[in-house]
Amino acid sequence: MSSVEETDAPAASRQGQAKATESPWATAFRKLRRDRAAIVALAVLVAIVVVCLMAPLYARHVAMTDPFVTNLNGTVMIAGEERPVLEPSTTGLGLGLTPIGPTWEFGPFMLGADNQGRDVAARMLYGGRNSLFIAFASTLLCLVLATLVGTTAGFFGGISDTILSRILDVLWAFPIFLLAISLSIVLLNQTLTIGPWRITSGSLALPIFIIGIVYVPYVARPIRGHVQTLMGAEFVTAAVGLGASPWRILIKDILPNVVPRIVVFVPLILALSMIIESALSFLSIGVQPPGASWGTIIQDGQGLLYSRPAVALVPGIAIAVTVLALNILGDGVRDALDPKSAMRIG
Amino acid sequence: MTMATAQKPLLRATKLSKIYKSGRSLLPSRRQQVHAVNEVSLEVMPGETLGIVGESGCGKSSLGRCLTRLQDISSGRLEFDGRDITDLSLRQIRPLRREMQMVFQDPAASLNARRRVGDLLAEPFRIHGIGARSEIEDRVSELLRRVGLRSEHALRFPHEFSGGQKQRIGIARALALHPKLLVADEPVSALDVSIQAQIINLLAELREEFGLTYVFIAHDLAVVRQISNRVAVMYLGAIVEVGDADEVFSTPRHPYTRVLREAMPEPRLHAKRPERAQVKGDLPSPFSPPPGCPFHTRCAFAKERREVQRPALVKAADGRAVACHYPLDGPHPTGLA
Repeated sequence: MSSVEETDAPAASRQGQAKATESPWATAFRKLRRDRAAIVALAVLVAIVVVCLMAPLYARHVAMTDPFVTNLNGTVMIAGEERPVLEPSTTGLGLGLTPIGPTWEFGPFMLGADNQGRDVAARMLYGGRNSLFIAFASTLLCLVLATLVGTTAGFFGGISDTILSRILDVLWAFPIFLLAISLSIVLLNQTLTIGPWRITSGSLALPIFIIGIVYVPYVARPIRGHVQTLMGAEFVTAAVGLGASPWRILIKDILPNVVPRIVVFVPLILALSMIIESALSFLSIGVQPPGASWGTIIQDGQGLLYSRPAVALVPGIAIAVTVLALNILGDGVRDALDPKSAMRIG
Repeated sequence: MTMATAQKPLLRATKLSKIYKSGRSLLPSRRQQVHAVNEVSLEVMPGETLGIVGESGCGKSSLGRCLTRLQDISSGRLEFDGRDITDLSLRQIRPLRREMQMVFQDPAASLNARRRVGDLLAEPFRIHGIGARSEIEDRVSELLRRVGLRSEHALRFPHEFSGGQKQRIGIARALALHPKLLVADEPVSALDVSIQAQIINLLAELREEFGLTYVFIAHDLAVVRQISNRVAVMYLGAIVEVGDADEVFSTPRHPYTRVLREAMPEPRLHAKRPERAQVKGDLPSPFSPPPGCPFHTRCAFAKERREVQRPALVKAADGRAVACHYPLDGPHPTGLA
């Protein structure tokens, strides 16, 4: 006994006083806080979310218009001059109508109007709200499903692994956009009734469901592999040796080691979901009119590209900035939590 | 262990085998099998320490995991404390885990890096529903102190400790429930030589204090000799010699034991050794073990008979057993001229 204390005690006491040392999560958080790019990206994202959440306030008090109602014959006072929102076109063949351009002033039609005379700036905020909500909800759905599937397949192995892996393979075999577009077209044409819920074609639940599904294999596979690796780890054998039940091992030993991997996926899947949502909405199979998302606004601006480019450019820039910020944040989170993994999706 | 002969063995393995099937092939004939453990029979008496030695790949770790039922047994019979535990399901065996514990080779890998040491050491109590929360805390600090750490170390994570300290934590966890049997699978081979001795001494002290029975697996003869009463020498999945630790090493009867013995560095008074027994060639592939005596391909004394017939592990009158047609010295095993 005495020999033991003498020999190792100095090494032990060097490590300081009786304080709880930093948990792995705290370490990761500290690393992330020191990553300037990631913090800037996070700030940008928070700003975008906050601004988009204020959409109703903006519409009522600044734009002073309902951005969901067409406004073909309206007029607006700009610089003391009353002008129609939609004017007969003066360029080209002089056909069609040209909406009012951006005023670049904090007031009505700051970013101009779209082809139905609606305030683009107000629609941008409402659209951003939808785009962000769909991205968050579908990411949540994707990660929950992928965690369930990946953990079940990896933990229980055997027949459940075979079945789940084959299902993932089938999903995997489809190109993502083809799958998303096909699902959307099929589902949009009918009203779904799942138990007590009736999902109409205008519901946001459809794009959330579709986008949530398509990336499941890309997340479930690595999680399954990680769980399998952990199952072979000696600390799991040690837990079996202590007499722990499989559920206890799953909850106490496997999941705490899987969660950081899942967290690393969050910003990445958010970014990918944003892009898919915009694409589907641009193709009119995502968010349905009169609702807006950044993708639908780009579509509205498509025909005005030469006369009023801002209508398509502004949502395009918004998507690009958000996705870029998510990717930078994603890199930071990965470096902080899981420096060894080199992960690429899509 | 004079008393031990009258006692019942704590652990008894009878013709225990562990077969691994390699890969997965659609053609059953293409599948290869490895007899990692090949019909091993052994007994461990209460209070004794059985050392298991052999070179890497000889199946000693597989044997250790079979003895604690961390692996399924392919064939044979395993009894613990008079109870047949060969075919108990993982669920049925859980209550028995209290009584047999394992210490692993790599202390870093055997401790979950995301849990604090206090949490890791409280786990055995929680699993078996022993003690209230405050009581567990006391027991954890007591355990930490007993293995030479301090109670405040409970608040740290495993990566903050040295290899030797981590192994102390591993030992503390194994001892938490006062098991009867402790299987230590190469508990010191991942450690520095200076730390090895400390861990061995700690294990020896704990053995006296808790009346533990050890199965001590190692490839280092010096380490095994230091702590074991009896030694079993393994070669290609089978035990080739068993006996009292000092006797086996001083007068090896199996040629392989002698090779191991000679390979052991040792200060000697007379500088010149008469002749050094050496092995020829490499360890044969376990996928296709040599027919007959598995050691004949490398044995300096191999004669024809070794190639045809596999020698059985035969117990001699003095309690030592050897699996060799032509044992080196001492009384010939009964049944062989």
